[in-house]
Amino acid sequence: MVRGIVSPMTEPAARVRNLTKTYGSGQALVRALDDVSVDLLAGEFTAVMGPSGSGKSTLMHCCAGLDTADSGQVLVGEQDLTTMGDKALTRLRRDEIGFVFQSFNLVPTLTAGENIVLPLSIAGRRPDRRWYDVVVDTVGLRDRLHHKPNELSGGQQQRVAVARALVSRPRIVFADEPTGNLDSRAGAEVLELLRRSVSAPPEEGGGQTVVMVTHDPVAAAYTDRVVFLADGRVVDELRHPDREQVLEVMARMSAPA
Amino acid sequence: MIRAALKSLLGRKLRLLMSTFAIVLGVAFVTGSLVFSDTLGRSFTALFASTVGDVVVRPVGGTTTQGSPSTQTLPAALVDELAEVPGAARADGNVTAVGVFVVDTDGKVVGGLGPPALGGNWNDAPAGHGLSGLVVQEGREPRREGEVVLDERTAERGGYDVGDTIPFVTSTDRLNLEAELVGVAEFAEGGSLNGATLAQFDTVTAQELFLEGRDVFNDAWVTAEDGVSQEELAARVREVLPEGVEAVTGDDAADESASDLLEAVSFLTTFLLIFAGISLVVGSFLIVNTFSILVAQRSRELALLRALGASTRQVTWSVQLEALVLGLVGSTVGLGLGVLLAQGIRAVTSSFGLDLTGQGLVFEPRTVLAAYAVGVLVTMAAAWLPARRTARIAPVQALRDDVALPEGSMRRRLWAGLALVVGGLAALAAGLFADVPRAGWWVGLGVLAVLLGVAAASPVVSRPFLSAARAAYARVFGAVGNLAGQNGLRNPRRTTATASALMIGLTLACTMAIVGDSAKATVDRSVAESFVGDYVVSSAFGGEFSPAIADRMAEVDGVASVLRERFAFGERDGDGQGVSATDPDTVDDLGLTLVEGTADPLRDGTVVVEESWAEDEGLTVGDTVTLDLPTGEARWEVVGLFEDNPIVFFPLLTTVDTLLDAGFADRDNYVVVDAEDGARGAGLQERLEEVVADSPVVTVKDEAGFAAEQREPIDQLVLMIFALLGLALVIAVLGIVNTLALSVIERTREVGLLRAIGLSRAQLRLMITLESVVIAVLGAVLGTVLGTFFGVALMRALRDEGLDVVSVPVGQLAAFLAVAVVVGVLAAVLPARRAARLDVLRAIATD
Repeated sequence: MVRGIVSPMTEPAARVRNLTKTYGSGQALVRALDDVSVDLLAGEFTAVMGPSGSGKSTLMHCCAGLDTADSGQVLVGEQDLTTMGDKALTRLRRDEIGFVFQSFNLVPTLTAGENIVLPLSIAGRRPDRRWYDVVVDTVGLRDRLHHKPNELSGGQQQRVAVARALVSRPRIVFADEPTGNLDSRAGAEVLELLRRSVSAPPEEGGGQTVVMVTHDPVAAAYTDRVVFLADGRVVDELRHPDREQVLEVMARMSAPA
Repeated sequence: MIRAALKSLLGRKLRLLMSTFAIVLGVAFVTGSLVFSDTLGRSFTALFASTVGDVVVRPVGGTTTQGSPSTQTLPAALVDELAEVPGAARADGNVTAVGVFVVDTDGKVVGGLGPPALGGNWNDAPAGHGLSGLVVQEGREPRREGEVVLDERTAERGGYDVGDTIPFVTSTDRLNLEAELVGVAEFAEGGSLNGATLAQFDTVTAQELFLEGRDVFNDAWVTAEDGVSQEELAARVREVLPEGVEAVTGDDAADESASDLLEAVSFLTTFLLIFAGISLVVGSFLIVNTFSILVAQRSRELALLRALGASTRQVTWSVQLEALVLGLVGSTVGLGLGVLLAQGIRAVTSSFGLDLTGQGLVFEPRTVLAAYAVGVLVTMAAAWLPARRTARIAPVQALRDDVALPEGSMRRRLWAGLALVVGGLAALAAGLFADVPRAGWWVGLGVLAVLLGVAAASPVVSRPFLSAARAAYARVFGAVGNLAGQNGLRNPRRTTATASALMIGLTLACTMAIVGDSAKATVDRSVAESFVGDYVVSSAFGGEFSPAIADRMAEVDGVASVLRERFAFGERDGDGQGVSATDPDTVDDLGLTLVEGTADPLRDGTVVVEESWAEDEGLTVGDTVTLDLPTGEARWEVVGLFEDNPIVFFPLLTTVDTLLDAGFADRDNYVVVDAEDGARGAGLQERLEEVVADSPVVTVKDEAGFAAEQREPIDQLVLMIFALLGLALVIAVLGIVNTLALSVIERTREVGLLRAIGLSRAQLRLMITLESVVIAVLGAVLGTVLGTFFGVALMRALRDEGLDVVSVPVGQLAAFLAVAVVVGVLAAVLPARRAARLDVLRAIATD
């Protein structure tokens, strides 16, 4: 039985050790995470997949400092998230982590440009001008920087969200179904963007670590590695997956045991 | 559909609670005002029903226009004769005097100085319609000199029990007297003296004290036998009356007195209803705002209902139904709160001297009707605008991600607002400067129209302010400041509507501050200009005091001369007209500047007249002034005209003896003391004060003290108005809390997003506080500007009334702005805490 995947090959950006989280009690007890251990490797684009209720979102939320677990450890760099208070977690999210959500990613009162630098300005820091230009050019929104979110298409909004996640050079970018609300073309653009942020040369905005929760095999095919969860446990893993392999694993998982 | 509306209402208990706040407070104010004024009215009516006999026989002109008894009396023989009239069961003579103050155990006068301190004779005459009237509750009635009966409340306030010796201070020749309390009386049928005090002696003593010992009465009651009506008895009584004596039925006399007094205090009711109006206007803003936000938040739900086949009408009515339920709930709570408020007002007025504690609160069915009518109608009317907007939600919007309610044209709002402002200004100008009937209504409606107009136009007008605030915030507070500033700009209607509630309260507060300050400045200036002599002796509220005081002061070491002035009131062409009088040989000390004729010597039966008044009345030297006085028409020859002189309080100046002849009591109102050279300050004031030591109501003041005393009632009035405006402020603060809280709910996901990308709790709280401060400061700035404008305009209009100093209390206005910032910070506390406590994950997942 595979209890988790611990890879010694590259330095992990985040390490999850024996993480357990339950909801409810008694008959209604749900194990969202059941003794999960996994390394999320630096410089890799990782997808977390699994059926609804498999615990994939919970895992991501715990890794991102948005949720707390009952037991186990989450280490981002050398910091143990499970021992941190709200202030420290807030600072961690601000400085070490980038977010892309499925929808409602932007603050509607701010322009695209202001949204991109928001995490930095909240921290009271100025963006690194050169890096900012690289990011803006990468997402291809230079002519849209002064527009408010409601003047942008869904795909453009999501690209602004990716730029915002990248601009502070976080240790990890977490993306929660980032293409769930987009048509396939806009979705492809966003995935391409995330892919490039990992594999492009550093001077062109690459070298990022990205972890994405998705249930779309097409999206998963953009990644370096897919971790499969079911019933709160890591059940399988694929390296350099293509769509067919992913579909195969998924079919196997949903087949009656 | 109805069920859907109710479900949605119950599903939002918190929002329900907050929206009801505004309604509750508005209704509470209306209820409070009505209950209080009903209580006041009942207390007066009950009092006066108990203080008249079936038929009241009194000398014509037996009371001065101020209600105090004149020197006209009825002979005792007439009272005996009245008892023999067919149909009369009995007749009793009454002695009545004002200015008989009870001194309490601490040496202070009992009661405020406003309600009268009554003295008189005890008799057990029943009141009209067989009511018992005043009955002794404890002890017995007074039988001989040195015995007195007090009303229960006065005895209680003075701290006296039956058997104690009670000191009195009077404005009669006998300054001080003492009597043993032998009984405590109370109105058997209810009715409170409203803070007045009542001291009753036996008839002989009362006549001795108040009527120079003559066997006469101020009036008499005739009691009807069973089956004889008041009208019949009055008609029969009239047959035996000599000339100069009249008989009125008790009902008429009671109505007369009650309406006189009710008129005197009607300003209080008017005042309260004005504030009820203010709170409702402010409340309506909050309701419109709350419903706009609620409807905006529910637009997707409403669109879904439309998509499922609900008609526009049904959707609109579902919102109106919510308003109806809210209105009912709010009115019910408001009704309860209003009763408490009335109790509070009663407690406050009793500290001002209007003591209603003896009268239970009166709860008329009309109050309930008014409360529900106001609460429900205002809520539904206010919800109508937002409800109408739901009609424009297209069903397809149910399917969209971000539903924005279609907003009406800003330009139309601006024009409508400007039209209201212009119309309001015109009405204001008409009320203030033109000679229109019911000028008060013109001014009031004008102010209301300007306020509503500014509120309507302010989403456009306030934009520069909000933009500037955003820029300033961004500069000082960085990203958090920018976010807060943007939030203020996000929905200018909402921001400005919330600010408008505060604006209204502060406009009125600023207006009052300017009027009050200007009035005080006017007082200071006129005191500085008019203060003659070294000390003035006066009684609170311009009341009268014994002439013995001036006589004794003239004897004090270091006093050069003493000038007495007294006031009398008659009628001239139906309007009240005051007359000043002094001793002829001291006219010089007044420093009159005669422009024509002579005041020396001022003979009895002649007057000198203020120049400007004479001009208005078309009088000149040699003419005759006619005046209706208690003793009939007086005709006085004008012997001189003088330049307006602030120390001569009325435009007519005559001699003391002239007033005595005209039936006015021998009392002074004002005494000016001139010190001998060098005597001033050498303990002179202390020596003068010694003279009045036994008369707590009479004070000796130098110029500074006198000015301070004159300013005091203005300060008190302004303070009272501020206290009431404070309630409008509370409503406004709740409005800000409400709007912020609803905005936080509305922006839950955004808050979640901001927290997720690293906004700390402290930063989030700061953001919401800054938003709140911007709203509060906007309201304060608008209010201060409008209030200053109204205040100055009002003072300009009052220029003809002698209030020609316009003084703007800059410090006070600055304090208002500072208060607004504090208000903003406080209003943000709860919504900010709520936002900071939001669970990030759940917030992001919220629809």
